Amino acid sequence: MKFLTLILVFVSFQLFSAEGGPCGYFLSEDDLEEGKCEEFKADHTDKSSLQRGVKIYMNYCYGCHSLKYARYNRVAKDLGIPEGLFQENLLFSNQKMGDLMTIGMDQSEAKEWFGVAPPDLTLETSLRGTNWVYTYLISFYEDNSRPFGVNNKVYENVGMPHVLESLQGIQVSTCKQVPQIATNGGLKQDPLSGELITEELCGFLETKQEGQMTSEQFKASMKDLTNFLSYMSDPIREERKYIGKFVILYLLIFTMLSFLLYREFKKDIH
Amino acid sequence: MFTRLLNWVDDRFPLSDTFERHLSKYPAPIGQNFWYLAGVLLIVVLVIQLISGIWLLMNYEATDEGAFASIQYIMRDVDYGWIIRYMHTTGSSLFFLLIYLHMFRGLLYGSYQKPRELLWVLGWLTYIILVAEGFTGYVLPWGQMSFWAAQVILSLIGSIPIFGEELLTWIRGDYLISGITLSRLFAFHVVLLPLALIAVVFVHIVALHEVGSNNPEGIDVKKHLDEDGVPLDSVPFFPYDVVKDLFAIGIFLIIFCFILFFFPDGGGYLIEYINYEEANNLKTPEHIVPAWYYTPYYAMLRAITFPIGPLTAKFLGFVVMGGAMVIIAFVPWLDKSPVKSIRYKGVYSKVALFTLVVSFIVLGYLGMVTPNPLRTLMAQVFTALYFLYFILMPFYTKYENCKEVPERIKV
Repeated sequence: MKFLTLILVFVSFQLFSAEGGPCGYFLSEDDLEEGKCEEFKADHTDKSSLQRGVKIYMNYCYGCHSLKYARYNRVAKDLGIPEGLFQENLLFSNQKMGDLMTIGMDQSEAKEWFGVAPPDLTLETSLRGTNWVYTYLISFYEDNSRPFGVNNKVYENVGMPHVLESLQGIQVSTCKQVPQIATNGGLKQDPLSGELITEELCGFLETKQEGQMTSEQFKASMKDLTNFLSYMSDPIREERKYIGKFVILYLLIFTMLSFLLYREFKKDIH
Repeated sequence: MFTRLLNWVDDRFPLSDTFERHLSKYPAPIGQNFWYLAGVLLIVVLVIQLISGIWLLMNYEATDEGAFASIQYIMRDVDYGWIIRYMHTTGSSLFFLLIYLHMFRGLLYGSYQKPRELLWVLGWLTYIILVAEGFTGYVLPWGQMSFWAAQVILSLIGSIPIFGEELLTWIRGDYLISGITLSRLFAFHVVLLPLALIAVVFVHIVALHEVGSNNPEGIDVKKHLDEDGVPLDSVPFFPYDVVKDLFAIGIFLIIFCFILFFFPDGGGYLIEYINYEEANNLKTPEHIVPAWYYTPYYAMLRAITFPIGPLTAKFLGFVVMGGAMVIIAFVPWLDKSPVKSIRYKGVYSKVALFTLVVSFIVLGYLGMVTPNPLRTLMAQVFTALYFLYFILMPFYTKYENCKEVPERIKV
C-alpha cells in the first residue's frame, strides 16, 4: 500500500510538476522561495501613480526603449496630463503629440553597444507579467564580470546597464545563514542545545551603497513605473471593464425576459 | 400590398415554401435537451466571427513588417477596435468548445446513424475546415507563438518521405516561414476557408432538414405522423424552438461578453502571452504550444517517439494526428448498434464513450505541458485508448445488451 502511494506521489509529481519559477533564482527578502517573483498588482485607476511612472520612464528608460505602438496624446489623455504640460516636459522638440512613441536610437548600433537591441516595451507586462517586471527592476546587483559591472537576479546576464543606480544605489549579492525548515513546517532545532540549525543560502541582495532614494522610496517608484508599463500594455482595461458592466446588465435583462417567454411556451408542450 | 408582393415572388422563387420548410414550420422533436443547443450557438459564433473578421480585415496588414503593428493599431487607434479583436479571439475559442460539445452530442445520442450518415460526414467536414481556419488565423497576429506554431505544424509536411521537403517549400513559398507564407495563409483564412465553411454549413443544415433532427431518446419521430404528415412528437420551430434558442443565446452571450470585457486573455489560453512578442525567426521560444483546442492532437503527435523502418517518428506522429481526425468521419459505419441513444445502449458503449472523453481531456492537458518520459508514456497510452474507441466500436456495439427503445417520446 505504501509502495502504491509512493508511486502515486511520484507520478503526480512528474505529471503536474512546476516548470521553474519565472523569476529565475531570485531569493526574495520576504520569503525564501526560489524562482518566486515579488508581487505587484497594477492599478490603472491610480492616475498619480501612472503620472509618476511616465515621468520616470521618459527620463530614464525612453532613451533606449521605445513605446512604438502607443501615441503621446493618448498617454496624456489617459493619464490626465494636460497636453501643453506634456509637450513642454516630456516631449522631444522634433516630435508631435499625435506621433507614435518611437526613439531615435539606431537598432544596429544599439546591438553593437549592448549585445542586443533594447526591446520595445509597449507590451512588456503582457508578455512577462507585472510581478516579473517589478522584480526585475529591483534586482540589479554588482557583478564585475559583466561588461557594465552589473547583473540581474531575474534576468541572468542581461545586457542592460543599471540606469537607475543613481536612485537605488549599489546592491550586492550575499550569502546568509538561514534556519532550516523541518518536515512539519517548523524550524529545525538542535535536540541538545535547542539552538536553531541553519544552512547557508546565497543570492540575497543587500544595499552596499545608498542612492538618492531609500530602499522603500525606490521600491515605490518601481511600482509606479511597473504600473505605467502595465497601463501601456493594456490601455483600455478600465474602459473595457466599465463598458462591460453595462453590457452584462443588458444581457441579464434580455436573458431573463427570454427565459420568461421560453417558460410560457413550454407549457404548451405535453 | 405585402401579400401581393409575396405572391409575386412566390410565383418566381419558393420563398414562403423555403421559409416554412426550413424555419417556421420545421418540426423539432420534443425532449431535446442542453446538448441540442450547441448547433444554434455555432451558427451565432459563425456570424460573430464573420462580422468581426470583416472589420478586422479593414485594418489588418498581412506583411511580415506590418502584421504585428497593425494588430496594435487595431487595439489602440481604431475606434472600438479592441472590441472587434477580442470578439474574434474569444469567438475562435468558443467556436471550438461548441463544436466539440456538438460532436460529443452526436456520439452520445447516435445522431450519425442511418439515415444521418451524410449529415455526420458534412459536420465532420466543417470541423476539418474549422481546424484549418483556426490554424491559419492563429498565424496572422505574427507574434512569437504564431510564427513558431506555423513553423512546427508546416514542418510536418516536410516529414513526408521522398517529396516532403519539396512540397513544404512549395507550400511555404520560401525556405523558411516568411511574409510570403503569411500572406498565403491570410488569403486562405479570409477567402477560401470561410467560403468553404459557409458552403458546407449550409449543406449540413439542408441535410439535417431532409432527415430531421434526432433526440436524446434516439426515437424515430417520423414513425408516428398526424394527418398532415407532421411527426406527433414534434413542435414547430417557430415559436417553440425560437424562444428556447433565444434563451440559450442570451446565456451564451453573457458568457461570451464576460470573457470579452473582463478576461480577454483567458489567463493565457485565449491569447498566449508569448504572442505579445513580435515574431523573430532567430529566437525560439522555450515551449511551443498550440492553442488549447489543438493540444489533444499535439499530444498524439509528440507521443510517437519511435521510427518504424524508413519512416521517421515525426512522420508517423503526423499520420497518427491526421488519422485521429479522419477516423471520426467513419463513425456511422463503425457503429453496429440497433439503438441510437446512449440511454438504450449497453454498458460497453458507455464505458467506451467515457474512456474517449477522458482520453481527449488528458491528451489535451499533456499537449500543453513540456514532455517528460512519464508524460510521453501516458500520451501513448491515451492515444491508443482514443483510437480503440473507434476501432473496437463494431465489436462492442454488436455484442452488448441494449434496452428496448419506446415508440414515443415522453416529456
